[in-house]
Amino acid sequence: MITLNKRERLEWQEGLTVQALLERKTFTYPHIVISINGIVIDHDAYAETLIPDEADVRVIHLIAGG
Amino acid sequence: MTEKIIRHVLAEFAYQAPKIERGYANQTLYVNVATGEIKAKPVSEEMKFKFTGGKGFDLWLLWNAVNDNTKWNSPENEIVISSGPCGGTTQYPGSGKSLVTTISPTTEVITDSNAGGHFGPLLKFSGWDAIEVQGIAERDVVVIVDAIAGKVTVEELPDAPTDTHLLGAWLYDVLAEKPHEKYYIAMVSAGTGADHSLLGCLNFSLYDRKRQDVRYKQAARGGPGTVLRHKRIKALVVRAKPFRGDANHPADPERIARVGADMQHEVATWDPVQNRMRNRGTPYLVGIMSDYDLLPVNNFKFGSHPKAHDINGAYWETRLTQGLPDGCWYGCTIACAHAVDGFELQTGPYKGQRVIVDGPEYETIGAVGSTCGIFDADAILELNFYCDTYGIDTISYGNTIGFLMECYEAGILDLEKTGGLELTFGNAAASLEILHQVAQGEGLGRLAGLGIRKAKAYLIEHFEADPQFVQDIGMENKGMEYSMYMGKESLAQQGGYALTNKGPQHDEAWLIFMDQVNNQLPTFEDKAEALHYFPMWRTWFGLCGFCKLPWNDVVDPKNSKSAEPAKIPHHVQNYVDIFAAVTGREIDINDIIAMSERVYNLQRVFNIRLGKGLREHDYPPYRGVGPVTEEEYESRQERYDKQLREWLGLDPDAMTLQEKMAAHRKYRTERYEHLMDAVYERRGWTRNGVPTVEKLKALGIGFPEVLAVVEKHLQVEG
Ligand code: SF4
Repeated sequence: MITLNKRERLEWQEGLTVQALLERKTFTYPHIVISINGIVIDHDAYAETLIPDEADVRVIHLIAGG
Repeated sequence: MTEKIIRHVLAEFAYQAPKIERGYANQTLYVNVATGEIKAKPVSEEMKFKFTGGKGFDLWLLWNAVNDNTKWNSPENEIVISSGPCGGTTQYPGSGKSLVTTISPTTEVITDSNAGGHFGPLLKFSGWDAIEVQGIAERDVVVIVDAIAGKVTVEELPDAPTDTHLLGAWLYDVLAEKPHEKYYIAMVSAGTGADHSLLGCLNFSLYDRKRQDVRYKQAARGGPGTVLRHKRIKALVVRAKPFRGDANHPADPERIARVGADMQHEVATWDPVQNRMRNRGTPYLVGIMSDYDLLPVNNFKFGSHPKAHDINGAYWETRLTQGLPDGCWYGCTIACAHAVDGFELQTGPYKGQRVIVDGPEYETIGAVGSTCGIFDADAILELNFYCDTYGIDTISYGNTIGFLMECYEAGILDLEKTGGLELTFGNAAASLEILHQVAQGEGLGRLAGLGIRKAKAYLIEHFEADPQFVQDIGMENKGMEYSMYMGKESLAQQGGYALTNKGPQHDEAWLIFMDQVNNQLPTFEDKAEALHYFPMWRTWFGLCGFCKLPWNDVVDPKNSKSAEPAKIPHHVQNYVDIFAAVTGREIDINDIIAMSERVYNLQRVFNIRLGKGLREHDYPPYRGVGPVTEEEYESRQERYDKQLREWLGLDPDAMTLQEKMAAHRKYRTERYEHLMDAVYERRGWTRNGVPTVEKLKALGIGFPEVLAVVEKHLQVEG
């Protein structure tokens, strides 16, 4: 299991990438900051960055509305 | 124009425009269209310090113009419009907004609404920080502030059309002696829809130099267009002299230029890879909102729809005219005020005309589109155009139609009651037919034109609608229809909508992502802090003449490493700099919050003075809080069942659907009560939502007449 944004518990499977997580959650907003266990992930590295089991994942959307 | 135009001047006032000093003309204009009285009122240093400008000036002028019993249609109610000290700046994007304030026909308290267009800045450059218009004229009139002739007139123009797109073309031709003079004309108007409904919007014009045509931005919330037309005003017009980029005569032009250049660079660098405002405008949000279950669909029952991607940002990029500088004031490089050119109308009195459709904005797409189950772009454009030219608020209109569609599907309305219209979700032709009926004051248009709150009362009285059901599904609070975000899963946004002064328009607080998605506001105290800070921060834009979008819709990614990314600190600093550079008054963020708090609290007290503005007026409809119908619950059963387990320790497998819905309702409504307590405390209000005497005195607005309003309530509360 992984924890998303300090709230949601999600199933983990071997080979889970940041990109796959974004697709699973339909997180399509382009302006986001992602960290895994406190380390910020570069935008270009989402496809190859693996999320370990029990990771604390934060996906912060930088959107403040109209 | 070759034909002779009839102009009967009913009242005239000669004046000489003063020099603008550090963003202020230092006088406001009073016009009474009933008596013909026109006069200048001085702006004191205290007024500038305490109320800043924009909505602050509007409210203070209105406060002094009305009495405790004034209604929206009383002669003493006013339309007040002001931009603010920074309004008219051309070096920083989004610095030309106007704020309009009046007593609303739908909420019956103060409404405020902002718009782009050129009216506010040109009014100031013509010598007036604000205009207040009072009285009810005997016949249709136009108020003209003519800085070139040095006079203000109230005139009867019998040939003037009423619908905005015709009136604008006609008036610009009448008033511009030479073609280039059109650049310096701006008007505020409504239309025939505002004559027959309570949902009237105001169109603020600008002359588009590239298109060589008049365009319009809308100040729509709360029915200010209805008030304008009730006063029998066709238009407020300003005819300004040519002006330069430093027309505000700022204290420190170099500082403005420096900060402005940084921001323009930021826009040019990041907008293409972020929201693409310059290509898509606010419609970029449609697909995103659907992806996050936040796009209102079928009267806010659902939050997404597969067809939303037919009308998403990528689609609108192909449909909106590209490559034109679509800023709604000079110097706005975000330029999101897009349009569809050459759109051929398919219905109504102007069928066959090719027109410019200003927009559509995200809110319009959500309102006349998805919340009515309509995903047809052409229908959305046609509804957008007719709402604008008829002078009708697209948000309130679309939301009301979505409500009536649900009433039809629930059997409250039928073919007989709709006059033969099959008012099911997705029926764009029916929505258009009703819109034309609104403009005619006929048929179902009379009911739709009341807005949701008054339509609910009508359905209960005449069609035996279940009061609880229509209360639950009617997406209004205080009498204003909700703007287009689903707040069911964001308690903070439920407060962001209903714990407002004017009603559920997201311009006070938009916290859905911070709360629901990012989980940055986990406690009641966190939410209360956000529901203090953001409404105050956002109020400030409307005091100064700024647009909010450049604050948050284009952001250098380095912002993510700042201490509080949601506040976008480097943009806050930009605004501190621009305000200081224009006015010469050095401020910091605490001053900004204090400036807004004064105005915000005055508005709250004003609502109380008008008989509302208390806790009982701050409750959302349950549709905005949780699932009203079994269909809604079942559409998100997995989520709701999980919440029962995790939040309440219940076993949904052992419960009936009705029990599960009842458990949700009890939990969700109780936590909203807790939120109200936390927010009121943070704002310095009592449990009944009344600002305390200490709070008002600390803010410097403890005027005897202000304190007298709250003291009556504080005595009752003990
Ligand atoms: S960002 Fe858009 S709405 Fe705001 S001032 Fe610029 S063009 Fe107008």
